[in-house]
Amino acid sequence: MLTPLALEFAYWQETIVKIVIGLVAVLLPTGALVYMFLFKMMSFMQSRLGPMETGPHGAMQLLAEFGKFLQKEDIFPSKADRWVFAAAPFVVLVSTFMLVLVLPGGPSAYFTDLSTGIYFALAVSSVSVIGTLMAGWGSNSKYALLGGLRAAGQLIAYELPLVLSVVGVVIMAGTLNLREIVLSQSDFGIWFIIPQFLGFLIYLIAIQAELTQPPFDMPVAESELVTGYLTEYSGLRFLLFFIAEFATAAIFSAIGATLFLGGWTIPFVDPTAEFMNYIGPFVLGIKMIGIAFLIFWFRVTYPRFREDQLQRLAWKFLIPLALFNIVVTAVFKVVF
Amino acid sequence: MTAELTLPADALANQDLANNAQLRYIASQAADSRINVELETEGMTLNIGPQHPATHGTLRIVAKLDGEQVIEAQPIMGYMHRGYEKLTEVRTYPQVTTLINRIDWVGSFANEVPFILAAEELMDVEAPPRAQWIRTALFEMGRIANIMLFLGDMAVQLGGITAVFYAFRDREFVLNQIESATGGRFHPNFNRIGGIKDDLPAGWIEETKSAMVKVREFCDEMEDLVVGNEIFQSRCRGVGVIPAELAKEYGLSGANLRGSGVDWDLRRDEPSPLAWSEIDWKVWTHPDGDSFSRYWVRLQETREASLMVEKLLDNLPAGPIMAKVPRIIKVPEGESYVQTENPLGAMGYYVVSKGELTPFRVKIRTASFSNMSITPWLLEGVYVPDIATILASLYFILGDIDR
Amino acid sequence: MPKMPGMIVGLGVTAKTFFKTVFPDGPFSPPSPSKGAHTVAYPHVKEAPPDRARGVIALHDENCTACMLCARECPDWCIYIEGHKELAPPRRAGGKPRQANKLDRFDIDFALCMYCGICVDVCPFDALFWSPEFEFSELKLADLLHDKERLGDWMETVPEFGPYEAGADQKVRKVPSTS
Repeated sequence: MLTPLALEFAYWQETIVKIVIGLVAVLLPTGALVYMFLFKMMSFMQSRLGPMETGPHGAMQLLAEFGKFLQKEDIFPSKADRWVFAAAPFVVLVSTFMLVLVLPGGPSAYFTDLSTGIYFALAVSSVSVIGTLMAGWGSNSKYALLGGLRAAGQLIAYELPLVLSVVGVVIMAGTLNLREIVLSQSDFGIWFIIPQFLGFLIYLIAIQAELTQPPFDMPVAESELVTGYLTEYSGLRFLLFFIAEFATAAIFSAIGATLFLGGWTIPFVDPTAEFMNYIGPFVLGIKMIGIAFLIFWFRVTYPRFREDQLQRLAWKFLIPLALFNIVVTAVFKVVF
Repeated sequence: MTAELTLPADALANQDLANNAQLRYIASQAADSRINVELETEGMTLNIGPQHPATHGTLRIVAKLDGEQVIEAQPIMGYMHRGYEKLTEVRTYPQVTTLINRIDWVGSFANEVPFILAAEELMDVEAPPRAQWIRTALFEMGRIANIMLFLGDMAVQLGGITAVFYAFRDREFVLNQIESATGGRFHPNFNRIGGIKDDLPAGWIEETKSAMVKVREFCDEMEDLVVGNEIFQSRCRGVGVIPAELAKEYGLSGANLRGSGVDWDLRRDEPSPLAWSEIDWKVWTHPDGDSFSRYWVRLQETREASLMVEKLLDNLPAGPIMAKVPRIIKVPEGESYVQTENPLGAMGYYVVSKGELTPFRVKIRTASFSNMSITPWLLEGVYVPDIATILASLYFILGDIDR
Repeated sequence: MPKMPGMIVGLGVTAKTFFKTVFPDGPFSPPSPSKGAHTVAYPHVKEAPPDRARGVIALHDENCTACMLCARECPDWCIYIEGHKELAPPRRAGGKPRQANKLDRFDIDFALCMYCGICVDVCPFDALFWSPEFEFSELKLADLLHDKERLGDWMETVPEFGPYEAGADQKVRKVPSTS
């Protein structure tokens, strides 16, 4: 990925640079999303100002929050499964960081160029279920246990529509590689959101559920389960869960932008041009913010489903709809 | 504009739901026994509260769960018992009003009124008409302030965070008006035996009317944001169904009773010196008896109350605001019971006087306490998320339960 | 016209509030959320409470005769009064010296006070007044016991009694001027 920089690096140097860029690629969009949407947009939608004191319009609020969480005591509940409890946030975070690996930010700006990129991304995203379950089980709290079990049931149920909604795109592009999916969209002439609008809607609903954002936030439903599997966490470990939740929101939005909105490409601009490596990530970022806006807009507006209604929505509605979408896409692919 | 509002077209027949509730109860019992026989599973006891977001206060509900289904739920009250009935015995009559303000702390003006009416009945004084009209208007504004909180809170219990901010935002207009008339936002302490403390400040009526317009705008907003939302409806329709007969048996009152289709409102049904009979207004009921209907009834009541306030202020009679009462109030021997339709339901004070400066005994009948008594029946066989829905829709204020 | 799904109407409500908050002066003016938001950034911007607001109790101690009515009527007995009698110079030259009540101590414990206003009501000599002043918090509970000098200082913040609404049969009272 560093070829466009035209710098020669030793392997270990390149690894360090990649780690730094990876951290930036995860944390920067996360911070931007949390500040823009969770702090500001949500406040404005609720007729309030949001954070105003730290920095201009509260822009430094995140750093303050970060410092606050670092200072807090790292509490282990008595009789908690210490090892499981301690490891859970890292498992969730690892799945987040692995997601960013396959995301292309330009024709040659990527960490790895897996030929089964989207397949890999959707697979590692389910690793976070294990972390959530570990958190629920390890906390030795009934609320956490209920939350963990709900999260497991929900995340598994919504893996399917998520995968199936992507299949339509894969059929149209004829490849699993995310970079080639982007390029095939610019070959196709229009972004896949137009022919795959149904798939895009299913993808939106499914990632909303995968991120446990309202209206699908029953694993952390504060009015029922306090905060579900997060109930017993404090300090740094809570922060890690928090980062993982919103980083995954950012990355899922970016994957959505890659699949449906043409990734780093701009209409009428050569997508493989050298300069796309530099402006590509920003274009992708803007598209990501567009999708994340929808996620947070739903979050602000809707009340949450009940657990059984959520399962019914996934199994009886979204999955048949996604299968129908696949059939129609396949037919069109064969016919034209 | 409220005249056009009719029942939702798909309002379910009351009787069917009553039957459903019975059937559901029997089915859950059967399912429970079956599971226990087949799998030998043990129930899990979940302590909801005393510190829990769903109980907005210190209510504790001990729920026995089978998976996510509630087998048995028992509310345990009294974590915030403040002994008001005993405290009133060592306070003079004017001092009591400060205390009883704090029973239902969100609609506190309404708490004072029945006590004052009971004391006035014993002393055989009647406040002049202007005082009664102002009392009624402030009473209804207390109702609006109280129920607006519910309209937002119910949504937040179901996970929709935005509605509660709108509720607090628009409730502020009402609270500001209460404050600029009485001096207290939450605890007006405005009633005196024989009248009210002070007359209204100049310009107050106009400001209040514009605040009432804001209240109705808020109600429209809630209709769009919450009532119309399909998720909200699917969470509330058919959840926590109280059949009308059962509601009466458990002594429910207020919107919980009217939400079950019982047309009973003390403001209309009981003779009162307050000015409710002087203006025309409507009692809203809904036949379904589920959580949704309770929300719907309260929403309409808020609208109706805002219209009532406008009518009251339009026809406010001129005159004094205090009847002739001695400076040191001694209530003659006797007993009286006065109840009014408070925001949460019927609230009554049974005042026994032995002719002294302080009441001999005061029994306070609060609405939330009686409304809570149905929860063991209601929570049986529901899912954990429905606990939050049902508790929110019953709408209790902890101070009103535990006083 | 078919009915809009409630979920889309709901999105419209939040979006409308967003624009109302960010662009309170219409869509073509610069965004100013501090104006559009209903919340107030408290220490920087202060809302003026209404004149009748029961913020803090102010004492006009020349009027006080230490009659103890307020202390007795207080529901939680948070007023502490001590006074003594002394001989004041006669009103007319050559008259007898008259007895006057002198106030030694007038403390209100605002940690106990319920802000009910009974003391202000019962005061027969117009010595106690409500002031809408609300910024008198202390770090320690014990520091909320305020003495008569402090209560006297608040006399300056007491607003004049405003006129009444039409049809009222009350006389507008006067706040004694603080010298």
